[in-house]
Amino acid sequence: MLKNSGKAEYEFLPNADTAVTVQFRREICKEVNRQVTALADMIESGGVPGIIETVPTFTSLTVFYDCSVIRADRLREELARMIESSSSAGKGSAKVYHIPVCYDEKFALDMQNVCEHTGLTADEIIKIHTSEPYLIYMLGFLPGFAYLGGLDEKIATPRLKSPRLEIFEGAVGIGGNQTGIYPIASPGGWQLIGKTPVKVFDLKREKPILYEAGDYISFYPVTLEEYERIEKQIKENSFEIKITEVRDA
Amino acid sequence: MLEIISGGALSTIQDAGRFGYMKNGFTQSGVMDLHAAKTANALLKNEPVVPVIEMTAKGITAWFTSDTYFCLTGGIFRAKLNSRPLKNNTVYKAHKNEIISVGPAVSGLRCYLAVSGGFTVPRVMGSASTNLKIGAGGYEGRKLRTYDTVDYPAPPKESPEGRETDIELYGSDICEIRAVPGPQNDMFDEETMQKFFSETFTVTSDLDRMGIRLEGPELKGINGNDIISDGIVFGSVQIPNSGKPIILMADHQTTGGYAKAATVISVDLSRLAQVRPGDKIRFVKTSVEQAEELAIAEKRYFENLLEM
Repeated sequence: MLKNSGKAEYEFLPNADTAVTVQFRREICKEVNRQVTALADMIESGGVPGIIETVPTFTSLTVFYDCSVIRADRLREELARMIESSSSAGKGSAKVYHIPVCYDEKFALDMQNVCEHTGLTADEIIKIHTSEPYLIYMLGFLPGFAYLGGLDEKIATPRLKSPRLEIFEGAVGIGGNQTGIYPIASPGGWQLIGKTPVKVFDLKREKPILYEAGDYISFYPVTLEEYERIEKQIKENSFEIKITEVRDA
Repeated sequence: MLEIISGGALSTIQDAGRFGYMKNGFTQSGVMDLHAAKTANALLKNEPVVPVIEMTAKGITAWFTSDTYFCLTGGIFRAKLNSRPLKNNTVYKAHKNEIISVGPAVSGLRCYLAVSGGFTVPRVMGSASTNLKIGAGGYEGRKLRTYDTVDYPAPPKESPEGRETDIELYGSDICEIRAVPGPQNDMFDEETMQKFFSETFTVTSDLDRMGIRLEGPELKGINGNDIISDGIVFGSVQIPNSGKPIILMADHQTTGGYAKAATVISVDLSRLAQVRPGDKIRFVKTSVEQAEELAIAEKRYFENLLEM
C-alpha cells in the first residue's frame, strides 16, 4: 500500500539483503520523477552511512546498502525521514545539455519511415524534434542510455519490425513515444533520424557519462560540414558542450 | 608476471565489482562467486577483494615469471603446477618458471586463481573488473588470451603457504536457493508464488555472466508481467512474459521492465555462480532479516578466515 506523507506517496519494496526500492506513485510524469531524483540528491549529499549507491528510474529509487553497516528497518526509517523532509519544489533549476545532431540522410537511415508514418516532411520532423528540451527520466539499458520524456506525439513512430543487429554509437532515434541517443554501438529497434558527434560515454572524462537523471537534453540541428568540424574538435579536445540552466519548478 | 599460454574458455580479471555507476547504466561486473574470491584472498592474507582471474568451464595455462603464492577456489577444475596436482582452497608457492595448467571443470562452472597481493591492472571507474560490453576494465577490457602478461607484486615476507580450508562440492542434488519475495511478488497470485517456492526449476544452457534462464512451471502475472522499468540487483529473479524466470547475475542490466517475483539472498549467489545447464534448483522462501543475519555471519566468517 502506498503511504501518503502529504508530500509524496511511496512504499518500500525489498530486494533481499541487497537493496530497498522506494516506489513512488506508478505514473510516468515529471512530478513523480522529481520525487525520485530529489531523494537521490538527498542521499548523495550524504549523511547515511551504509548506503552504497542508488539507481533512479521513472517512478522509483533503488537504494543499495551494506547490511553490516545499516539494517533494512533502520534504512527504511532514514529514507522515510528524508522523503518527509524533502521539498516538492525540486532543485529549482536543472541543467540542459545542448546536443548537436546531424539529420543528414547519411545518418538518418529511417527518416523515410518516420515521414511516411507521421505524414510530415523531414524538415518538419527536425523542427519538432529540436523544439523542446527533453527531461532525462532515467539511465539504463546501456551505459549512458537516457530515457527521455516529452517527445511530441506528432513525430512518435513505432519501432522497426525487426531490430538492427548493430546501431552505431551516437545514433539518434525515435522508438514509439520516446527519443534518445545510443551512447555505444548496440543492437536496437529504434527509427534512426540522425547522429551526434558528441561522446555521451567517454572514459577519459572524469564523469564518463555526460548527464544524469533529472537533467535535460536539447537537440539542435547541424549540417554534415558542421558535424565533421565538431567531430574533429572533439578529437582535439577543443569542443565545449553548451550547458544552460532551466527553471525546473 | 603471469604469461598466458592459453586463455581457456572465458577468463577475465574481476574484483568485487564496480560500484557507484549503476545510476549511469553501468553494470556492476565483478566476480560471479564472491565467496570463492574472498576465500582465495583470505587464505593468501590479501585485502578483500583484490583482483583475481575468473575462469569459466576450462581454465588457463600460464607461466609464472617470478615467485609468488597462489590459491585456486570455487569450481573444481583439473589443475596442476608443472606435474604436481593442485587442490582447491590451499595456498601453494609458485617458483619462477613454473607452469600452472587449469583444465576442464570437474565440479561447478567457475574457478578462481588468486595470487599474493592480487593481479595488477589499472582501475577503471574505481574497479579492476572486466566489463566486456564496453570493453573496459580488467585486462584491456577483454578476456585473457595467449601472450597476455598480467603483473603481480613481489611475494610477502611472511609465507601463507599451506593455509587451507574445506572445499565446497557442487553435487547433483537439487540445489536449494534462498530468496526473499519481492519487489513485485504482489503482481502474482498466491498460487503462482506458492509454485515459485515449491516446484523444481531446471537451469537451461542460456546461462552467462548476465543471467541464468530457468525452465519450469510458467509464472504468469495477474495483469501480465510488465512493469514501469525499475532497478535490478545481482540476484533479482525476473519473470518475463514467457513466464520462465531469469536470475540476474553480476553483469545484469541496471534496469528492466519485467516483474521480479523474488530476490536471491546475497550469500546464495555464489552457489548460483557454479550451476550448470541441467542442474535443478528449488527456491526456499526467507526474510530480509534472515538474509541480513546470514550476510553478517558470512562477513564474520571471512574476518576469522583471514586471522586463522
